[in-house]
Amino acid sequence: MSMRVVQSGVLSLLQDSGRYGQHRLGLSNGGPMDREAFHYCNRLLQNSPASTAIEISVGGLQLESLVDTYICLTGAPMPLSINGQEKSLWAVQRVYAGDIIQIGFARSGCRSYFGVADGFTIKARFGSTATVVRENIGGLRGHSLQVGDQLPCTTTTARKQYYLADRDQPRYQNTLTVRVIPGYQQRHFNRVEQRRFFGSTYKISGRCDRMGYRLEGPVIKCDIEGVLSEGICFGAIQLPPDGQPIVLLNDRQTIGGYPKIGAALSLDAARMTQLVPGSSVHFAPITHHTAHKALQLAQRFILRKPLQEGRQ
Amino acid sequence: MKLRIVGEDALMVYFGDVVDAQTSARVQAATSAIEYVMGEDLIDLVPSYASVLILYNPLRTNHASVARRVRDVLSNVSTPATVECRTVVLPVYYAPEAGIDLESLAERAGLPISKVIDLHAGAEYRVYAIGFAPGFAYLGEVDERIAAPRLATPRASVPRGSVAIADRQTAVYPSVSPGGWNLIGRCPVPMFDPSAQPCMPVAVGDTVRFEPISREHFLTLGGDLA
Repeated sequence: MSMRVVQSGVLSLLQDSGRYGQHRLGLSNGGPMDREAFHYCNRLLQNSPASTAIEISVGGLQLESLVDTYICLTGAPMPLSINGQEKSLWAVQRVYAGDIIQIGFARSGCRSYFGVADGFTIKARFGSTATVVRENIGGLRGHSLQVGDQLPCTTTTARKQYYLADRDQPRYQNTLTVRVIPGYQQRHFNRVEQRRFFGSTYKISGRCDRMGYRLEGPVIKCDIEGVLSEGICFGAIQLPPDGQPIVLLNDRQTIGGYPKIGAALSLDAARMTQLVPGSSVHFAPITHHTAHKALQLAQRFILRKPLQEGRQ
Repeated sequence: MKLRIVGEDALMVYFGDVVDAQTSARVQAATSAIEYVMGEDLIDLVPSYASVLILYNPLRTNHASVARRVRDVLSNVSTPATVECRTVVLPVYYAPEAGIDLESLAERAGLPISKVIDLHAGAEYRVYAIGFAPGFAYLGEVDERIAAPRLATPRASVPRGSVAIADRQTAVYPSVSPGGWNLIGRCPVPMFDPSAQPCMPVAVGDTVRFEPISREHFLTLGGDLA
């Protein structure tokens, strides 16, 4: 019982909530870039929160269902159709064996999450099914989905058809303020450089992937060229000698030696991964207390919006 | 010891800013102690040359609590005088056909190739850190005479098993990857095998020695010169 990949799209990856506790082997986290959309995909389907779904970047995925089940697509607005009939995102949809599920290209944003009832049944590697292509680990063969792949999933006959009200769905724009917790290495950037960093607008460059987003804008100079190689946290903002910031994300290397001006708040780094090249980013410093409050608020409100019931 | 905030869920503990075995032993002892004291609040730890990155669950605890626990436990941790460690011997086929920078590195060092091999294989190295890519072990320190800076332009693809030098560090590339280190030979032992238990032949704190082997021996051990 499975779904068959008819068209693989630009980049489609099996992801659960990520691989944790394996940094000491040099393994990265992987996992969904937009955690909020991934969360709602599983929540709407009444799955456990870490269930394996497909992260679709840009779009173009086409699947044939070989089972009767329920599906849900959340995240960037990519047109969804079942047997040519247009369906809503952020809503549980019924599919039957033989149905063709087609996902078009994003009208805004760039990542969406496709889930099935109970998630795809994928063998975990190092405790997770998350695909990290760079490491050749996770997913089906450590690789993105390919035409002909069979994605195992179960037959499901009863699910509530939840949907998220339009007013509660996130909007994907092309400008974003990224809140930054300044790190202690900030002292290697003098006041002028810090002011320039927090006062300028940066553009998302073409060199953005699951490892990190490279930004383009005013050059930020650092007093030092590097530090003794050390662990790198999610969202760390590195400044290599060319002075162009790189925000490190899910598939980042675990250790590195470039100086860091701080780390992006995870909520904002996740939103940044919905930006396409050319979008604008502005950085704003916050304290770590404010950061923790923001995380708690997100947990209490953003991820717990009420679900509506009915056919969408 | 210094504790520094590096992100919403991250604290860095620094034990110095130099590469030496004593600092590394402190890092190792601290890593186990922090793991023990953090319990369920811990997400992951990244030990490196002179620091440990602590990643915790920010919905369960906060910086102040983590910092207090880490200070408490580390004030009671003493670095054992004799650290128990294993010695791992890795076979290496040193030759220009296996490491394309061997000749240029020898020329730069003003030494015959055989002397470069003797110096590299004649020393014992400590595993200081594992990271960058799965199974990539940072080993130190190579003899100053064969230390060499990274390439100005990194290669797009370094063959799997390549034995390499960058400054006074040396390493074996566990898989095909981009890289800017100087390649001097090739090791037929897999440095990362997800299906093996353990999946790596070395761990942080281990001692590594390289043993020169012939081309035939390299191929017999499953080495690949592609």
